[in-house]
Amino acid sequence: MAGKSGRVISAERTHDWKKQLMKWETFLFLIFIVVNIMNIFISPYYMSVNGLFTATSSFLEKAFIVLPMTYVLLIGEIDISVGATVALSACMLGITYNAGLPMGAAIIVCLLVGTLCGLLNGILLTKFTELAPMILTLGTQILYRGIAEILLTDKGTGGFTKVIWFQNLYWGKIGVIPVMFIVFIICALAFGIVMHKSTLGRWMYAIGGNDLAAKYSGIRVQRIRCIVYTLTGTFSAVTAFFLASRMGSVRSNIAEGYEMEAISMVVLGGVMTDGGKGNFPGVIIAVFVIGFLRYGLGLVNVPSQVMMVIIGVLLILAVLLPNLAKKIRGVRV
Amino acid sequence: MRKRNRWMALGMAAALLAGVIGSAATVAAEVHNDLDYDASGKKYAFVFKATGNPNGEKQMEGFKKVIEAYGGEVILKSPEAATVEGQITIVNELIQQQVDCIAITGNDVDALQPILTQAMDAGIKVLSTDGQVNPESRMIHVNQADSKLVGQTLAQGVADMIDNKGEIAVLSATSQSANQNTWIAYMQEELDENFKDVTCVEVAYGDDEFQKSVDQTQALITNYPELKAIVAPTTVGIAAAAKVVTDEGLNGKIAVTGLGLPSEMAEYIESGVCPYMYLWNPDYVGALTAYTSMALVEEKITGAVGDSFDGYLGDEKRSFSVTEALDGGTEVLLGEPFEFNSENISEWKDVF
Repeated sequence: MAGKSGRVISAERTHDWKKQLMKWETFLFLIFIVVNIMNIFISPYYMSVNGLFTATSSFLEKAFIVLPMTYVLLIGEIDISVGATVALSACMLGITYNAGLPMGAAIIVCLLVGTLCGLLNGILLTKFTELAPMILTLGTQILYRGIAEILLTDKGTGGFTKVIWFQNLYWGKIGVIPVMFIVFIICALAFGIVMHKSTLGRWMYAIGGNDLAAKYSGIRVQRIRCIVYTLTGTFSAVTAFFLASRMGSVRSNIAEGYEMEAISMVVLGGVMTDGGKGNFPGVIIAVFVIGFLRYGLGLVNVPSQVMMVIIGVLLILAVLLPNLAKKIRGVRV
Repeated sequence: MRKRNRWMALGMAAALLAGVIGSAATVAAEVHNDLDYDASGKKYAFVFKATGNPNGEKQMEGFKKVIEAYGGEVILKSPEAATVEGQITIVNELIQQQVDCIAITGNDVDALQPILTQAMDAGIKVLSTDGQVNPESRMIHVNQADSKLVGQTLAQGVADMIDNKGEIAVLSATSQSANQNTWIAYMQEELDENFKDVTCVEVAYGDDEFQKSVDQTQALITNYPELKAIVAPTTVGIAAAAKVVTDEGLNGKIAVTGLGLPSEMAEYIESGVCPYMYLWNPDYVGALTAYTSMALVEEKITGAVGDSFDGYLGDEKRSFSVTEALDGGTEVLLGEPFEFNSENISEWKDVF
């Protein structure tokens, strides 16, 4: 809006977000502590290093989608095809493995399929910029799941338990630390560094803040959008092979609703859907807040419907609180 | 403790709000506890397919009554949707809680194998009930009825309903539900052998969700104008099919049968939309699961063929023996399916 003076305004804004969002992460971290204290009180089985690490396994495989989803929301967009991408790439892994490919090659196929799914989203959205990401990825969601259903019909494909090293991707541990946990932390660090320390990260903030301004500043907006969507596809495939390793067999209706779980975690982490705002550490804390909350409540056998209510309330608070804070501050000034 | 109670209270309130508990009042029946079992200090878990399934609620109730009568602690858990991922997470939570026994109605035959094997490695007794998991994942399966007999009964029932001639369709649960698939296969076999003029035009899947089952029924009716009967071997499906047939004014043109809960189906049986249907008592399935669980935990049985143990079904004391199952594992059988019709429905509709 500001035209020529755009740069000055945006610099001021950055400062303002930082202040506000520092608070959000602190707040999230406090929630994390509260959740843990609550869990220790409600269940005698909660405080166990082994148990807690095992518990991380039950939500971290989904969290691989959260990493690129943060970027998607950061640039002010959304991708709801990830669950279907997970299903399709996992099914392709099963099909190629059972067709005689070694597991290593099947994993590569799985990653390729996921990447292609993401790339297709990216190409369609950048070639036809008038398309709304929500609607397009809704379409590809149905498309990818449909292909998976055609390939496998109502059958499952399995036998992965025979490949020990593949089993160990999900179930294996180094000491008490699951292999998947280590992989996740490495990926999370990489995504965090790119978001906050690299040019690409700054560009993504710029696109999310104002894509037109970003374009006129010489940022290749469409190329970056395409990269982000492709990355989302690739990491959906990472989730896919961890999931396949976890279950030992897959079918076309796995990973239903993963897109919403991933988006919830990103939003709770403070990255809002209108783009350009949020910090990466917040998202990672949010992953663990939701994960441990579910685990703790699960240990005392709280019915799953009640868990949905609690997580729903948390999400509403997450989007409401910053707005409330802004309003209160507005009144004071 | 206070905090825990508060969570429980919150849980109950929310569950009531969501209407998942349903309208069924608990029947305060006398449960026999004079058999040689002692469950005190032990934790028995029952994992069903998903929350809000009337058949599941009844089974869990039956399970709970028996275990509690012998002094045991009962944990009932189901994922919010009928997914195997949800069940895996739940089984992991149960392992962490160091329960003594897990009875599970599997959402998938194979995908629970890694986690259930872990549970057994941790010394937990594992059995499947109603929806089986593969033999490597369990010690024994509690089967409501001889699968072959269910399939044959359904085939004969539907053939009789349409005078041994015409098109029928099946409305099932999910495409991976092991028990439904087995029954449908046996039903098809029986139709092919003895009722050659009855053709099954499609097997549709309502995923045990009411709305999806309604949609699938409507699609069947639209796609097959000559359709004479719908067989739904699942309680959610049969209720949905009967409702659609009633709402569309097709009573007399399309008949509905299958496996249904008397309380849910009474109005349709009385109106003639569903002249008769079958089921075993889900309360008994739960009770038999409870006795099997206790027998496993107290090491009265190992789940091998030839083992036997005692239990009560209602007031009748029976001895159950472990036999070989069709999938190569072992199982214990409840009995044959029971027919509900306009003559007996009034006495059963208030029972379950």
